Amino acid sequence: MMDSQLVLYEEDHRRILGVIGRLVREANSKGVFVVDKNGQLIAEAGEVRGIDSTSLASLTAGSIAATGGLAKIIGEEDFPIHFHQGTRDNLHITTVARRMILVVIFDERSSLGLVRLRVKKAGVELEKLFDEVRKRAESEGSAAASPFADITDDDIDNLFAD
Amino acid sequence: MSFINYSSREINCKIVYYGPGLCGKTTNLQHIYLKTNPELKGKMISLATETERTLFFDFLPLALGQIRGFKTRFHLYTVPGQVFYDASRKLILKGVDGVVFVADSQIERMEANLESMDNLRINLKDQGYELEKIPFVVQYNKRDLPNAAPLDEMKRLLNPMNVIDFEARAQTGEGVFETLKAVAKGVLSDLKRLSR
Repeated sequence: MMDSQLVLYEEDHRRILGVIGRLVREANSKGVFVVDKNGQLIAEAGEVRGIDSTSLASLTAGSIAATGGLAKIIGEEDFPIHFHQGTRDNLHITTVARRMILVVIFDERSSLGLVRLRVKKAGVELEKLFDEVRKRAESEGSAAASPFADITDDDIDNLFAD
Repeated sequence: MSFINYSSREINCKIVYYGPGLCGKTTNLQHIYLKTNPELKGKMISLATETERTLFFDFLPLALGQIRGFKTRFHLYTVPGQVFYDASRKLILKGVDGVVFVADSQIERMEANLESMDNLRINLKDQGYELEKIPFVVQYNKRDLPNAAPLDEMKRLLNPMNVIDFEARAQTGEGVFETLKAVAKGVLSDLKRLSR
């Protein structure tokens, strides 16, 4: 089934940053990203400067989609937890709230066990938060949320005036 | 499925370039990448095989400017064209806001074009979309080749819905930006229409 448009307000963003900022600290991680399953970056926290977050979001979503396909081939619904071990940095990836992906980057200052434990807690909080966003979108419909309701053809044309 | 972020005042949309193997989807993106100002584009990612065939997807993030104080960002994706990569193609269509079908004008590729168009329709349906209801543009690529099929014939076979279409030579860039602009406009107009 097709997903509806995702609309995030400042308040939603602030709350997401609150959850993932805490996750960065409590898991002793370097950085945390929230990405949606279509490859859009939703939020980031921690030491994330120098990381190409747009590419990270797109590739994470691609990877989750591909392993989801693999899961179905062997009769699993999904692989909700992924772990990539590097020589210096590691990636811990989990799906939350059905359409979101939580990415944690950590090094030797933390451990897989600690990250897993903290991600579980943050995942529950994010699930609740995105459930509220979804319910609000369903009750409001797209009209109330979109800043695009009253754009004109000229606005669109002006984007392409070169 | 577009994403409106009030916090960063951004709107993000996803455009997918579809078409048979070797029709020029990646070449379209490479040309856009080469000709776009560095501050407007992100890194282009190509997940390709050693023979430079697209394995999973190509990805290019582009910023087009502002509308009513919102930055408009477009994420351009290509799918792998070869028939046996169907599972990957399905995944990339997830959350799509607009589609470009790149057709190979060479007469011997007409069957591959038709097969890919059918495949697009089926895979969109799997994701809950109908081709008739999403912004859609057709590009007839490789028009300069001596074995190019007549344009009328291509239109009749590949564009029965009579959507906006363009002739192109992606290798020289002819028709590439016209195609991108048309699909981006379609996506934004659609957002406006859906908001009403």
